Amino acid sequence: MIEERFALGSSLLHRTDPSVKIIGATVLAIIIAISQSMAAILIGLGMGIALALLARLSPRALWPRFAAVNLFCLFLWVTLPLTGGGEAMGHIWSMAISRKGVMLALYVTIKTNAILLVLTALLATSPVHHIGRGMQRLGISTKLTLLLLTSYRYLNLIHQEFKRLQRAAELRCFDPRTNIHTYRTYSYLVGMTFVRSWERSRRVHNAMLMRGFNGTFPVLDTTTFRRRDLYFLLLFTASALVLAAVSLTW
Amino acid sequence: METTTDRHDVAIELRSISFTYPGHEHPVFDNLNFSFHGGHMGLIGDNGSGKTTLFHIMVGLLRPDSGQVLFNGKVMETEEDFTLLRRHVGMLFQNADDQLFSPSVVEDIAFGPLNLGHSPEEAREIAMTTLERVGLQGYEDRITHHLSGGEKRLVALATVLAMEPEILLLDEPTNDLDNAARGRLLEILGSLDQSLILISHDWDFLSRLTSTFYALEDGQLVRSNQVSIHQHQHVHPLGDRRHIHPPC
Repeated sequence: MIEERFALGSSLLHRTDPSVKIIGATVLAIIIAISQSMAAILIGLGMGIALALLARLSPRALWPRFAAVNLFCLFLWVTLPLTGGGEAMGHIWSMAISRKGVMLALYVTIKTNAILLVLTALLATSPVHHIGRGMQRLGISTKLTLLLLTSYRYLNLIHQEFKRLQRAAELRCFDPRTNIHTYRTYSYLVGMTFVRSWERSRRVHNAMLMRGFNGTFPVLDTTTFRRRDLYFLLLFTASALVLAAVSLTW
Repeated sequence: METTTDRHDVAIELRSISFTYPGHEHPVFDNLNFSFHGGHMGLIGDNGSGKTTLFHIMVGLLRPDSGQVLFNGKVMETEEDFTLLRRHVGMLFQNADDQLFSPSVVEDIAFGPLNLGHSPEEAREIAMTTLERVGLQGYEDRITHHLSGGEKRLVALATVLAMEPEILLLDEPTNDLDNAARGRLLEILGSLDQSLILISHDWDFLSRLTSTFYALEDGQLVRSNQVSIHQHQHVHPLGDRRHIHPPC
């Protein structure tokens, strides 16, 4: 289910305070996403690669992530050059290839990969519950934090519940095909999974009330902000300023 | 109906409780009266007879259609009343997975003490002592959903004990436990000085911890007679070999 492939490690980035990493990832990702300058997004890609190296991410584990996002980019490469409009840079058979479309696809592809690297290097290098704690410390909406933490905790169980139902169906010779019987069975399975999850959420909420839950998860973590975290915060701020400056001048 | 008075000065009283689940025709409780003044009490009844519902009404997770819940003589009405009551009454749920919602064991146990206003340092200290009480030293940084069924149950018990309740409500604590885990749970519960009400279908477990039994029948609580001596048959592994039954 949720494999936290990159969460364990001993690199500098793994040991950095999650709240600092959340700030860094958010700021860098937003600047890269809205920047219109090729120079800036290339620098962003460079920063992403540098962070990934710093976090010592295994290329083998990264590969499936690249494959997944670049599949979307591939669709853009198929459609945008044909639909981009404006000046044509050439023709394939009788179809005009739009320069604007190609450039747009190129931008999106570089941005996507740069952001993927930044997010993986910064956010995936902490276990989800540390990220939740970091969000809480930064004062991000309690509802969002609770949603993240409880989804993470229970997704696995909900998945198991679905698998149990699916196995029960298979034991009675259910053989999925393209027909109404299959669609109906799957909708029953999904429906039952929702019902059970909802019931479980009520039981969990009851258990939380029994222990004095008042709307927020209290934080047990008493680790304090270290000097190294401050350096990283400065580094991220500086990188963000460089990116912003480059985007505005080139 | 009164159970034996204990050294603890706590009491839960239910007065004329009626309760029907929305959309159901038959009431679960019809004008039920009950009072508990500490001690160890067993609660038995068929599936669906309302044992868990009774627990939920006692702690205000469900509100009765009519009737009152009293704690130490005071009528509990608002959510605030019940929030206070829940500091004194702890409940072990049927399914430990429902009860363990924090990522790590120590965080889960510390959740209650933190909510009670302890500082993080104190809460961690309480969590560590409680873990030791249930015999799970060294488990503090384990991930809760990776624990075995028996370990989950003991951690769930620790999360309740960490709040130092005076009354424990235990809802089928031996469900899905193997013999070793069941034995440990029995040992721990036997050593506690808290009052407890125990729902169980496990007669042996019940008779080792409690001497008073109530049965839920047709929406009423009926006091069951003391354990009587009678001849019985039972099965257990390797029963054809020479074996000794521990005294009850």
